[in-house]
Amino acid sequence: MDTFFQLLLSGIAQGCVYGLVAIGFVLIYKATEMVNFAQGDIMMLGAFITITLINHLNWNYFLAVVTVIGAMGLFGLTLERVLLRRMIGESPFAVLMATIGLGFVLRSVAGMIWGHDSQSILTPYTNIPPLRFGEVVFPVADVVVVGATVVLCGLTFLFFRYTRFGVAMQATSQNQLAASYVGISVKRVVGVSWALAAAFAAIAGILLLPLKSAYPHVGLVLGIKAFAAAIVGGFGSLPGAMIGGLAIGLVEIFTKYWIDDIVQFSVSETSVYILLLLMLIVRPSGIFTSMQRKKV
Amino acid sequence: MRFVLKTDYHRDSGLFRDRVQFSWYAALFIFVLCLPIVSGTYVESQLTTVFMWSIAGAGLMILVGYTGLISLGHAAFLSVGAYTHAIMLDLGVPMFVSIPLAMVLCSALGVVVSIAALRMTGIYLAIATLAFAMIVEKIVKNWSAVTGGNAGFKVAPPELFGWELDSTAYYYFCLLVLTVVMLCVSNLLRAPTGRAFIAVRDSEISAQAMGINLLKTKALAFAVSAALTGLAGTLLGYQWHYLFPDSFSMLTSIQLLMLVIIGGLGSMSGVVFGAIFITLLPDGIATVREWLPDSIGNLPGLEPLTFGFLLILVLIFEPLGINGRWQKMRLFFSQFPLYRNKTLKRQKSFLRTERVH
Amino acid sequence: MFEVVRLSKHFGGVTAVNEVSFSVNEGEIFSIMGPNGAGKTTVLNLVSRFYDVDEGTIQFAGEDITHAPPHEIARRGIARTFQNIELFERETVLQNLLIAQYIHRKTNIFSDLLFLPRVRRQEAQSRRFLEDIIDLLQLQRYREQQIHSLPFGVRKLVELARALCLKPKLLLLDEPSSGLNPEETEDLSFWIEDINKELGVTILMVEHDMNLIGQVSNRVLVLASGQPIALGTPVEVKDHPDVISAYLGT
Repeated sequence: MDTFFQLLLSGIAQGCVYGLVAIGFVLIYKATEMVNFAQGDIMMLGAFITITLINHLNWNYFLAVVTVIGAMGLFGLTLERVLLRRMIGESPFAVLMATIGLGFVLRSVAGMIWGHDSQSILTPYTNIPPLRFGEVVFPVADVVVVGATVVLCGLTFLFFRYTRFGVAMQATSQNQLAASYVGISVKRVVGVSWALAAAFAAIAGILLLPLKSAYPHVGLVLGIKAFAAAIVGGFGSLPGAMIGGLAIGLVEIFTKYWIDDIVQFSVSETSVYILLLLMLIVRPSGIFTSMQRKKV
Repeated sequence: MRFVLKTDYHRDSGLFRDRVQFSWYAALFIFVLCLPIVSGTYVESQLTTVFMWSIAGAGLMILVGYTGLISLGHAAFLSVGAYTHAIMLDLGVPMFVSIPLAMVLCSALGVVVSIAALRMTGIYLAIATLAFAMIVEKIVKNWSAVTGGNAGFKVAPPELFGWELDSTAYYYFCLLVLTVVMLCVSNLLRAPTGRAFIAVRDSEISAQAMGINLLKTKALAFAVSAALTGLAGTLLGYQWHYLFPDSFSMLTSIQLLMLVIIGGLGSMSGVVFGAIFITLLPDGIATVREWLPDSIGNLPGLEPLTFGFLLILVLIFEPLGINGRWQKMRLFFSQFPLYRNKTLKRQKSFLRTERVH
Repeated sequence: MFEVVRLSKHFGGVTAVNEVSFSVNEGEIFSIMGPNGAGKTTVLNLVSRFYDVDEGTIQFAGEDITHAPPHEIARRGIARTFQNIELFERETVLQNLLIAQYIHRKTNIFSDLLFLPRVRRQEAQSRRFLEDIIDLLQLQRYREQQIHSLPFGVRKLVELARALCLKPKLLLLDEPSSGLNPEETEDLSFWIEDINKELGVTILMVEHDMNLIGQVSNRVLVLASGQPIALGTPVEVKDHPDVISAYLGT
């Protein structure tokens, strides 16, 4: 039973990271109907910049975190302006491939700058002893991830519910033409969506660092899993993305500890993909949204 | 400018537009046929690689370029083809039996994927194929009793009727296979089956109204595509001597997709252009490295960087790839003073949203 | 020969088509008219099986096709056109028409792969057949042009030609005159009559242009809010009080 709770927590923590990256996918998809396959790589970039600031320039942790989030937001904005705005009107497939190309670029640039070794950082909470409840041990890093995610989700909810711009973004995601008629600058909304998505990815990267170390390819596989999370959640819904992330995180960790030992075969590595495939076959539209057939 | 007068119906369904085009292809074929006599082993092995990637690309082109189905997981078929073939060779099955069997297995697998695919469109299908390829990759990695796992699996040298093929003979063998593949695919595309693929690509609604069974047509496209890619896998196995799970990763799938995109979607000559491109690019980069100062030239990752960068550039500036550029150049010269920059200005198609809120 | 009995279709809480029944006789030109949102196109989409029928049955040539898959419909001899044109944009006119020959093919994928002599003969035969349709609709000069370079009126004709290339017994036309100018509509009415008389094709047409309906149809069914309100010859229907109130409001 003790292991169960421990696995549960680390599954949730990992799931939060997936969920945060998945939120980025959904934000961009809702605003532009584009799928950004480089989302995981943007996360990796955020992680590496944090490492540089803290390990090499000896910045304060919190200052570094704020700077990285801001810088990555700006990076997302630039990316949209320079690359993705040119792709408006191209087929979704072309956009997908362009972001895959972008992923290649980001990974190799990261490899050139930071090398291919795994790196990590010391956080203010690295040396805090784990929380104990009876026999159950909760690592602080996991707790911080979950806590930060909960706060972020709350802030996001408030942003979309109560701020003018949040409402404008929701309106734009439903109908760009109508939104522009009522005076919303669709270009700005799209730009901000990219900025937000990149910022979310950066936060995910920062939170991931104490859990796992960073290397240039870390974003590739994590990005795919986050993508799976977004699909499980329905690809059009922010809460859905978060729930999908948790589902993926939990499935991954439980198959690893329960099934792998029994069948002596690494099922956990494939479990996420099997879940994704089943999800796509059984309910191709995900849990929270529905797709409609083209009208004739 | 050349005009083609069609004087009978067979002319219209011919493989070549006219005698001139036929002569060009014949000349190219003879050139490639004679090349090993004068060239060294380096050019020969590079061209063999081009042939093999062209076959794999032809498989993917049928799916992506002609049926409009996206696969991010074609490396799985490459891998299944290569491993099945190598394992059968190991058991003493001759090549002319094991290659067709590997192709049959791949196309069966393709049909299975396509059944899942009917309910999905676009990006969803791409992700499903990606997940499928990931699962195949992990199985190959972990099932070491059969595949050798990460230790690799040795491929027996190519042998045909007791005669071991040396590198020149293997060159001709691959050229022969490629020629047959290209002929068959071109035949398919000018016959009802190929037109059904194109119909599904351009408008599923309309295709259904024309009596085309979507499920069957997609399954067929997947089967043909997977069989050809599997065939390329068997040939690549010979070239590589050893098979490793990592040789068929997601990056290989993406490289294949790059091949068809950079070559030019929706054209079979684009496949060959793309194959030449991805075969020569690593060498090209190696050459450029020597010219660069050491601080830049010695950096690892220059190759994926160039790949990614070129892919983005092609998608933004020439979505029809090398073949599209080639066609435009030909048009420019054939209409010389009349060609204007806007002659082929492409119209962007705006996405019709399929979402409901 | 074609009969629809108590056909209904609901979208969520909205009843788009409510217990519509009618039958089309062989050789007839039957029109369905009604104001916007009356459910005309929905009826057509139900017949060509793009929508699933909620209640009722569809009979064609003595067979029940209520639950046949959409691609079966063309094989049974029912062809259709679309309101907003669904052609294969990147292909030439000829290629578009050739696709309609798919259901009549006698070859399979293996003979196609090798382009056996019978595929070659079949290709020639298909093209010979297409020329008749091309001649009928006077599309000769557009044969090799790509669809996206053609004007709207011609595209409509190409779509009509493509439907005819299926060699249908029943032709469904979805708002054939929409987007056409008066002269083109005039031409269209002659062609519809030609198709009906010369090729012997029965026609079921959804239309709102009263002139066109009056010129060509034998009988008209009027729908309003998914309900059938009148059935008869164009002249009878035109003066029907329910029809006038449906169009003008009460």
